[in-house]
Amino acid sequence: MSIRERLSGNEAIATAMRQINPDVVAAFPITPSTEIPQYFSSYVANGKVDSVFVPVESEHSAMSATIGASAAGARAMTATSSCGLAYMWEMLYVAASDRLPLALALVNRALSGPININCDHSDAMGARDAGWIQLFSENNQEAYDNMVMAFRISEHPDVRLPIMVCQDGFIISHGVENIELLEDDVVKNFVGEYRPEHYLLNASEPLAIGPYANPPYVMEAKRANLQALENSKKVMLDVAADFERISGRKYSFFESYRMEDADYAMVIMGSAAGTGKDAVDALRSMGIRAGLIKVRMFRPFPASQIAEALKNVKVVACMDRTESFNTVTGPLGADVRCALYDAGIHAKFVNYVYGLGGRDVTVASLTSVYEDMMKIAADGTVGQTYRYLSLKG
Amino acid sequence: MKDLIEIRWHGRGGQGAKTAALLLADVAFNNGLYVQGFPEYGPERMGAPITAYNRLSRNPIRVHSNIYEPDYVVVVDESLIESVDVTAGIKEGGAIIINSHKSSNELKPLLEEKGYHGHIYTIDARKISIETLGKYFPNSPMLAAVVKVTGVMEEKAFLEDMRKSYAHKFASKPSVIDGNMKALEIALKEVH
Amino acid sequence: MKTDIRKQDIDVTWQNLNPGTVVTGGATAPEFNTGEWRVNVPVLDMDKCKQCLMCVPVCPDSSIPVKNQKREDFDLMHCKGCGICAKVCPFGAITMKEGDE
Repeated sequence: MSIRERLSGNEAIATAMRQINPDVVAAFPITPSTEIPQYFSSYVANGKVDSVFVPVESEHSAMSATIGASAAGARAMTATSSCGLAYMWEMLYVAASDRLPLALALVNRALSGPININCDHSDAMGARDAGWIQLFSENNQEAYDNMVMAFRISEHPDVRLPIMVCQDGFIISHGVENIELLEDDVVKNFVGEYRPEHYLLNASEPLAIGPYANPPYVMEAKRANLQALENSKKVMLDVAADFERISGRKYSFFESYRMEDADYAMVIMGSAAGTGKDAVDALRSMGIRAGLIKVRMFRPFPASQIAEALKNVKVVACMDRTESFNTVTGPLGADVRCALYDAGIHAKFVNYVYGLGGRDVTVASLTSVYEDMMKIAADGTVGQTYRYLSLKG
Repeated sequence: MKDLIEIRWHGRGGQGAKTAALLLADVAFNNGLYVQGFPEYGPERMGAPITAYNRLSRNPIRVHSNIYEPDYVVVVDESLIESVDVTAGIKEGGAIIINSHKSSNELKPLLEEKGYHGHIYTIDARKISIETLGKYFPNSPMLAAVVKVTGVMEEKAFLEDMRKSYAHKFASKPSVIDGNMKALEIALKEVH
Repeated sequence: MKTDIRKQDIDVTWQNLNPGTVVTGGATAPEFNTGEWRVNVPVLDMDKCKQCLMCVPVCPDSSIPVKNQKREDFDLMHCKGCGICAKVCPFGAITMKEGDE
């Protein structure tokens, strides 16, 4: 039986962590993720979990301690936001290249500068090339569900990679909404015990983790990391199928919303996807064939599946909650466009930067994107392909 | 109630408007509704104007934006009427609920001057709070006023639910439970 | 995971590389060919060597094996050709030659 609750996104993640009961949590506070280690340390203090909580002195140390704990053989995780993730930068790559299963709850917040505490995806996008798995969540429910599934994907022998569960800062992390929680023992059984094959604290098998790699090894190591990411696609689907059995909730690479006969498709991630669905419903009630794809698994990128979902649309609008400054496209836009090109799909394509630094995303603003798509279809030409949404001036 | 009620709260940092919005979400949740309670965040400063929001619905809520056309606006600090456009976007048939010792008729000219001609309710949360708790905590009376005006739940069920909630929240300070309950009861009667 | 370090040499394919480039098993250094860096090779003249063993402790790579209190020929799997032994030898028994063999 699921438990009807109302929780903020941070409370949802902390609840999942309590149920997972990891061996080690190392964290340093940063808005808006601070509540996660705050709640979790109270679980530790109150004996609700057996975890060791390591209050480190920086995010670099938080990721280093999490890496160390995972290398030692522990199930380990951390949480951070924005510049905290940026400060982990060096160690993010180490976690992936050392092929260490661990989890990071990321509460998306704009990277400085200008300094800002509100939501955008610039922090997560900075980590997209680090070799991690990245899952994005629309709401507190998905943040919780993704967290419950995270270790099963991360620890799978075919994967062994760090995983990042992203939720939108403040919008989800501090907004209280209804949620269906799983019972503690259901989560415990689902996640299972972590039994690594090789680990530093195994006295009968000495190990060296993270050795220097000469030029003859680095490309092979990266190619193996890539293969693990490729493998994680199937593992993610298998874990999602198991999760559906305990929760009734279905997950995949992305969610297709009213895409069956869609002419106009928006590709989007995070909390704005829900707002976009309301826009789609309103447009559909006016007879406009609007659809939406909400990307859940951003790394590895499900290119062929997304191309398949978009093969019959007239116009695609890809929504990037970050600026990549290549002056052409955002990171999600680049990936989607690449997927379409490889699949030989020639739908008109337009890319929007939206919601930076907490700029509010409304049904009206996303409806205007569909109106732009309709105009592009009518004109037969895209015009400016890289645009800003809700920009003054 | 309607299928969806949207509420915007105006208060000042430190007065508890955010907490009140979260309390209202709790109350509505306990009444079987789908809820959202969220503040508009910026750097937190005591006394600075802050905004918080509620969506209370019979159906799952997907939209994640601020509320620009609320059914109800709650003004926890009367002085904000001068500095913030508190009546912006209030829906036809909606209402504004103001914490004030003045009557709604007394406030009417001020709001009409700002172009607002809808319903006005007032509640003297300061007076009620001082009477019942001996200190100025506007949350309990404001919450009761909002429940009464919006009709999100029956008064009796609301009071029962709040007694449980206070018993949990003030487990270490049971002396304030009765004061808060009294504040709710008076506010339910005195909001006009 | 493959535990034989000798199979993790520079020709290892990405499919056979230990995940995370982990080195499994302890004390694997003797099994691993690091002498390939060498551009100069030390050559021992046994006739001049008095078995004073001055060269042994100065070798940074422990590449001068000793048995029954006598040194043997160089361990070229690990010798980097640094030439310290040749400098230290009081009898001119070690000379550095160009090349790795």
